[in-house]
Amino acid sequence: MNQLQNQSSQLETWIILGATSSMARALARQLSMRGASLLLCGRDFDDLRSTAADCMARGAHDAQACAFDARDTNSFAAIIDRALTQEGMINCAVFVGSMPSQDAIDADPNLIHGTIQDNYTGPATFLQMLAPELEARGGGTIVGVGSVAGDRGRIGNYVYGSAKAGFATYLSGLRNRLTRAGGHVVTVKPGFVDTAMTWDVEGMFLVAAPEKVASDILNAVKKQKNVIYTPFFWRYIMLIIRNIPEFIFKKMSI
Amino acid sequence: MSWKTLETTGWGRAHTATGDVARPERATQLKRLLAAAMMPAFGMRRSYGDAPLNSAGPSLDMTRLDRVLSFDSTTGVVHVEAGLPIGDLGRMFAAKGWIPPVMPGTGFATIGGCIANDVHGKNHHVVGSFGQHVIEITLIQGDKSRKITLKSAPNLFKATVGGLGQTGVIASAKLQLAPCKGDLMVLTERRIDGLDDFFDAFDDSRSDYTVGWIDATAKGANLGRGVLEESEITSGINPGSGKPKSVPFNAPAWALSAPVVRIFNELYFRRVPASGRTSVKPITDPFFPLDTIHNWNRLYGKAGFNQFQCVVPLDATKCLRIMLERISASGLASPLAVLKKMGPGRGGYMSFPMEGYTLAVDFPNRSGAAYLIRDLTDLAKDAGGRIYFAKDGVAQAKQVEGMYPDQTAWQKAVAKADPDGALETDLVRRLELRSPPHTVTPATGGNV
Repeated sequence: MNQLQNQSSQLETWIILGATSSMARALARQLSMRGASLLLCGRDFDDLRSTAADCMARGAHDAQACAFDARDTNSFAAIIDRALTQEGMINCAVFVGSMPSQDAIDADPNLIHGTIQDNYTGPATFLQMLAPELEARGGGTIVGVGSVAGDRGRIGNYVYGSAKAGFATYLSGLRNRLTRAGGHVVTVKPGFVDTAMTWDVEGMFLVAAPEKVASDILNAVKKQKNVIYTPFFWRYIMLIIRNIPEFIFKKMSI
Repeated sequence: MSWKTLETTGWGRAHTATGDVARPERATQLKRLLAAAMMPAFGMRRSYGDAPLNSAGPSLDMTRLDRVLSFDSTTGVVHVEAGLPIGDLGRMFAAKGWIPPVMPGTGFATIGGCIANDVHGKNHHVVGSFGQHVIEITLIQGDKSRKITLKSAPNLFKATVGGLGQTGVIASAKLQLAPCKGDLMVLTERRIDGLDDFFDAFDDSRSDYTVGWIDATAKGANLGRGVLEESEITSGINPGSGKPKSVPFNAPAWALSAPVVRIFNELYFRRVPASGRTSVKPITDPFFPLDTIHNWNRLYGKAGFNQFQCVVPLDATKCLRIMLERISASGLASPLAVLKKMGPGRGGYMSFPMEGYTLAVDFPNRSGAAYLIRDLTDLAKDAGGRIYFAKDGVAQAKQVEGMYPDQTAWQKAVAKADPDGALETDLVRRLELRSPPHTVTPATGGNV
């Protein structure tokens, strides 16, 4: 029985967008340990190949590096085609994103376009192309990693926040759609995570390890949660922040 | 690439350094950083003293470069990034029938650190040191990345293995894994009543993995008593290990005070029945006994601790006796004291191992401890032995002068590899390891 279960759980393929990030790497490793097939997508191909080799050593059924650029929609179809050659359920975890500092955007407002492509329109376009395939196979899970920054626009990073908010709303709609076909969408809102993006950010507290976020994600996938904050207490921190009246909030700088 | 100003410490937490730290996550970032400026690299900072610290400039945190890059299941050769903890490597491959031939006392040590300190394990007398199983090292020197082997660059290779990171930054390495009979260990423990019995027991032992725990508080007739642990790898059903526990906060000063340690050691000694006992454990347990308690260094409180570890020639048994007498008389010993017989195997010019007995003892960072450690260091040197840099935080430059017979060869290779001294760490500066022997005016007296 146990072996049968193992075999059936092996029939899962995960497309991981933005697989060079440390959170994605941690998720890929945990998926490898349960024998998943992985398509590791991103721009740094050499790095993806290293991660693919690492995943194979950790027990992945298969792991391949795929070229993906959130700003180049032409790179999307080949990845989806490759996923379709795999048997079983197709799943996708989206970790892509970029966070230029608000100062940099203030100096060059054109940076907004790239930020929105990286965090919202790029991955949304990919998921829009992938959705029919999930419907055709009658299942599969999408994990979209947003940010608590998308819960309310703040002076420090409201362009990034607005892109994440747009992505979160998109995921909510996609969940509404895929649920009808047996699929599922998990929206993940990490708080402060110990990644390259936050390495030099001052004033961080309660910083979570990428491995913790990855295991929270897999737990949420298993339990079919809709929206998770990770670590969990960010739900309450953000509940407070969302409920500060605007006439007070607009004078705050948090 | 971004920088963060961090206060870092070694595992003993008695020494700190403040400096800018970058933590690359990809090989290209590592190359870019080092092409711009060379700097020392550290891993999990499991060295006890100041070996992983740099308070004179920036350093690199290598822990995010921790992947297996390739594995050949027919030869057992694995290529790994330098930041991979060796325990992860062990866990990953034991099930596939392969095991790192040498594992140090903690699985948290990274491969880069294992090479730079040429670490040894409980099977040193059988398989030698870690560096002797390293096939190839990818070493970054400025904008150059070189793959070196013992054959292709013998001097540089021997200066890198055990070389405290002074020849370049180790980016990755190819290691020869050993075939492994299973993922269980059969552990046999028996009481040893005194130091001479220990020497006899080591001579008689036929086990692959042998180590002695010593009650460093015992005096008189009991001096050098302890427990001999012998283990062998075997196969079977893994009983699974418990969830790791963690020490959540710094312990108060009395936690490791002399009477508490004496009582603990008495109980620890009596825990093993007089007739000895044999048990079966998951493979990681006997290798990494303390890893099951995360942050155990907090037991020593905020002030931290220092470890003294030396190796002395086989005939220097009298020296070990004197050491143990002084340690027990000081009342400073902690429960952690280990004795082991080493073989001659070593991989580099500055490698610690030599044939003889190695003694390791932890001391809380209290007044008198540094004095005692320096005293023990002199004893080791006088007996023709040496101290282990991975553990040291308090020895003085003139004490270690001449301890390592191949130091000049190492210095030559290091001067060529890093002429500007950009890779110097606090330890290398403190012990003046890269300076030629004292023909110049000796540094400040600093007598203790």
